[in-house]
Amino acid sequence: MNLKSKFEDQADRRNAQAGEASGVGGEVSDAELEQVLAHFRQSVHAWSDAELTRPRLATAARPSMMRGWRVAAGWALGCALAVCGVSGGLYEHQRQTDLAKVRAAQQAEQQKQLAAQKAQEEEDLLARVDSDIAREVPSAMEPLAQLMDADESK
Amino acid sequence: MAAGSALETMNMATAQEIAAQEFAAVVATHRPQIFRFLLSSTRDPDLAETLTQDCFLKAHRNWASFRGESSAMTWLMRIAINLQKDHWRNRRMQFWRQTQSNAVDLNEASEWLPSGDSTAETKLLAHERVGQVWVAVKGLSERQRTVFLLRYVEEMELSEIARSTGLSEGTVKAHLSRALARVRAELGGKR
Repeated sequence: MNLKSKFEDQADRRNAQAGEASGVGGEVSDAELEQVLAHFRQSVHAWSDAELTRPRLATAARPSMMRGWRVAAGWALGCALAVCGVSGGLYEHQRQTDLAKVRAAQQAEQQKQLAAQKAQEEEDLLARVDSDIAREVPSAMEPLAQLMDADESK
Repeated sequence: MAAGSALETMNMATAQEIAAQEFAAVVATHRPQIFRFLLSSTRDPDLAETLTQDCFLKAHRNWASFRGESSAMTWLMRIAINLQKDHWRNRRMQFWRQTQSNAVDLNEASEWLPSGDSTAETKLLAHERVGQVWVAVKGLSERQRTVFLLRYVEEMELSEIARSTGLSEGTVKAHLSRALARVRAELGGKR
């Protein structure tokens, strides 16, 4: 088949593409392109003919040892990863729960200490107030109070 | 009645035999061309052989539904193109599987030049040029490659290519034009 006729119906498109081609490198003439494509076609035909006539060995697909091992290793790895994932999750959950418990206990202890401290402070304050109130006497009775102090000291 | 059914059975058997013979003739005639197209598309002889067998198996299963609206070659080529598309799609989808390609190197593919009476220098130049075409073909999109190979390797007419690929003739021309421009650029760029 003459390739020239094939090129004719593409001449307009090729001309449009010529700029693209020339931008990359030198121009390729139609005759040269035709020759190269003819060589390409002959090359493919020769290769195909050689492959078609080449005797082929039909080998039955047998499960290879390597493949079996690979599948087993894949499954083992998959299982190990799944187990690791699940146990890691459980461990993390347990750790978070324990931490929360410890934190809650610490907070309770702190609150308890704070409450005790507050109670102690209040108690001290009340005692101080009591003592202050007990020691205070109107100024008119000051001499009497001094006498009482003197008696107590005796 | 019984004689009639026996006659019908005989006729059916004969029709089946004729269909089988017809199909065998179709296989013998078109197998090289289908194999060649698949070989040039995939550059993998084993894969091309497998796909060729799949193509004829599929054609055999659907032989009864082939109404002869297009030529057997166009019909078979359409099956081959679809099988090739399915193959690449499956490979893309199954990228995590072991998908080793036996595609030959571009240099190896361009080694097959018919022995003519040309000089060693001419042969070397032709070898280099064919290698450049292979490089360009490798860089083409799937459709452009298919159209290019059908046109310049299988020497099919544009209308036949359109029927085989399911594209319009205009689209085929456009793909062909782009493919040719790429080949020109490859040849022009490495002079």
